[in-house]
Amino acid sequence: MTFLTKAALIGLIVVTAGCTRPDRFGAGSGDAANAANSGALNGTQDLGGANDPRSPLFFNQTIGDRVLFAVDTSTLTAQGKSILDGQASWLQTNSDYLAIIEGHADEQGTREYNIGLGFRRATAVREYLVSQGVPTNRMRVTSYGKERPIKICSEETCYAQNRRAVTVISIASLS
Amino acid sequence: MLKRFLIAFVALCLAGPVFAQSGPLRLTITDGVIEPLPFAVPGFQAENPEAAQVAADVSRLVAADLAGTGLFREIPASAFISAHSSFAQTVAYPDWRAINAQALITGAVTVSGSQLVVKFRLFDVFSGAEMGGGLQFAGTVDGWRRMAHKVADAAYGRITGEGGYFDSRVVFVSETGPKNDRQKRLAIMDYDGANVKFLTDSSSLVLAPRFSPNGDRVIYTSFASGFPRINLLEVASVGTRQLQTAEGEMAFSPRFSRDGSQVIYSLANGGNTDIYRGNIASGSSSRLTEAPSIETAPSLSPDGSQIVFESDRSGTQQLYIMSSNGGNAQRISFGDGRYGTPVWSPRGDLIAFTKQNAGRFHIGVMRTDGSEERLLTASFLDEGPTWSPNGRVIMFSRETQGAGGTTSLYSVDISGRNLKPVPLPNGGSDPSWGPLQP
Repeated sequence: MTFLTKAALIGLIVVTAGCTRPDRFGAGSGDAANAANSGALNGTQDLGGANDPRSPLFFNQTIGDRVLFAVDTSTLTAQGKSILDGQASWLQTNSDYLAIIEGHADEQGTREYNIGLGFRRATAVREYLVSQGVPTNRMRVTSYGKERPIKICSEETCYAQNRRAVTVISIASLS
Repeated sequence: MLKRFLIAFVALCLAGPVFAQSGPLRLTITDGVIEPLPFAVPGFQAENPEAAQVAADVSRLVAADLAGTGLFREIPASAFISAHSSFAQTVAYPDWRAINAQALITGAVTVSGSQLVVKFRLFDVFSGAEMGGGLQFAGTVDGWRRMAHKVADAAYGRITGEGGYFDSRVVFVSETGPKNDRQKRLAIMDYDGANVKFLTDSSSLVLAPRFSPNGDRVIYTSFASGFPRINLLEVASVGTRQLQTAEGEMAFSPRFSRDGSQVIYSLANGGNTDIYRGNIASGSSSRLTEAPSIETAPSLSPDGSQIVFESDRSGTQQLYIMSSNGGNAQRISFGDGRYGTPVWSPRGDLIAFTKQNAGRFHIGVMRTDGSEERLLTASFLDEGPTWSPNGRVIMFSRETQGAGGTTSLYSVDISGRNLKPVPLPNGGSDPSWGPLQP
């Protein structure tokens, strides 16, 4: 399969799980709990509720779909590793799912550098998940740099939430 | 011949306000503080009734172009002693000298159907002589702004001895919506913010467009697939296609080579970002940097022999220069803070950059060896400089602070004077200033 075909397939699949990505489809707060109540989650019945440990919602909310980083770093924190341990375990249990890991930066930086920085963060997550046994062929990384903030104040409280890598899961097969 | 005649000089920066001009009219643009050169533009003569409105509009825009540089100051019509109502009439030099108009621009406009003809002459009032011959531009009525810009470019060129930049366009990212739902579209505009046209819709994220050297194409980063990819867009047809990239690699930060046949860009492979050069027609590419750090934002020297880029190989973003074939790179930025987005000036003598220091962002310029660093702006977030075709003005994006923050385009001249916003209907970022139009 060519790279482009693969990318297109993943792109299609992501649409089905897209509603669980609060940073792009949520009501604006980016808070997963708010997004769950926003009414935008039309697919939740099919995919299971937040109490179903096999559901994407459980992954996003209970395990945690994101880890945070200090300014201009891509080093995983102890808390981040703990979340990623949960992600790795979930991905191994739920082998139907693929993951796209999105790296993000806060607004304190130039645009293109922040794309590179987001790739570093996403790659740090991917490498950790690989070390915990998740097959490399179930994961891809991308970076949005500073283009997709979830918090919009220009203060560290917001910046800290924006410096993140989000593991976006999508079901590998539609059937 | 004419040019050589004009290169007798009056260095206005030294002479201060030049009320007594001692030689042919000449504005030498320097980095010193100058007194703007006073000029007058009597309303261009409408040679037929249909031309009345356009004649008025063209003469206003010529004056706005020149005054907008900060190098010239328009003398208002209310100060005029004599009218210059006919293009053919003899210039009453004493009347213009009396109000200290050093340059006088006269013109005439004819409209026939959709066709427009603009004629102009430039006079050196204190020498009592015309500068250069009359010029005539023909086009369509709806292209009247371009003809006014051409008149202003000719006047600017004759007075300064340098090329102008008014008849040029800028490709940029038009922005609407709040920071957490920002809609971005590629757009193109005249240098002064007029005639905004969209090149893409807002269905997917687009970043950092760059004009090809002759302005026929735009290259940019698209997130249509969810992964950064380089797209090439033909300006005339607005047709786009994706450039080839290898599997598992993410491409962004593209710039054209000087002949437009190649693209220099960044490729992220895992957490490592390096600079590559690719052939647009064949899709072949070669790697120019080999470092585990982030190498991005490349910019070629005007002769194409060198590339300035940013790298955080030292621990923070700094500027480096290497051969355009890759190889050893020399660090050129050594001041406080971090340096990014270097752009080589079209004259080759300066590099514009974004500097972050102590929580502030600056647009600055330095010589190509890193000396004579000069910061031109300071704000919460300035970034992404681009050069006017003559290397005298820099346009950049400025984002304001906080939840309601918006982005706008600004321009500033390379001495730090004349900082001003580009008037746009929406927000704007990532400008790339194209060449003077033919």
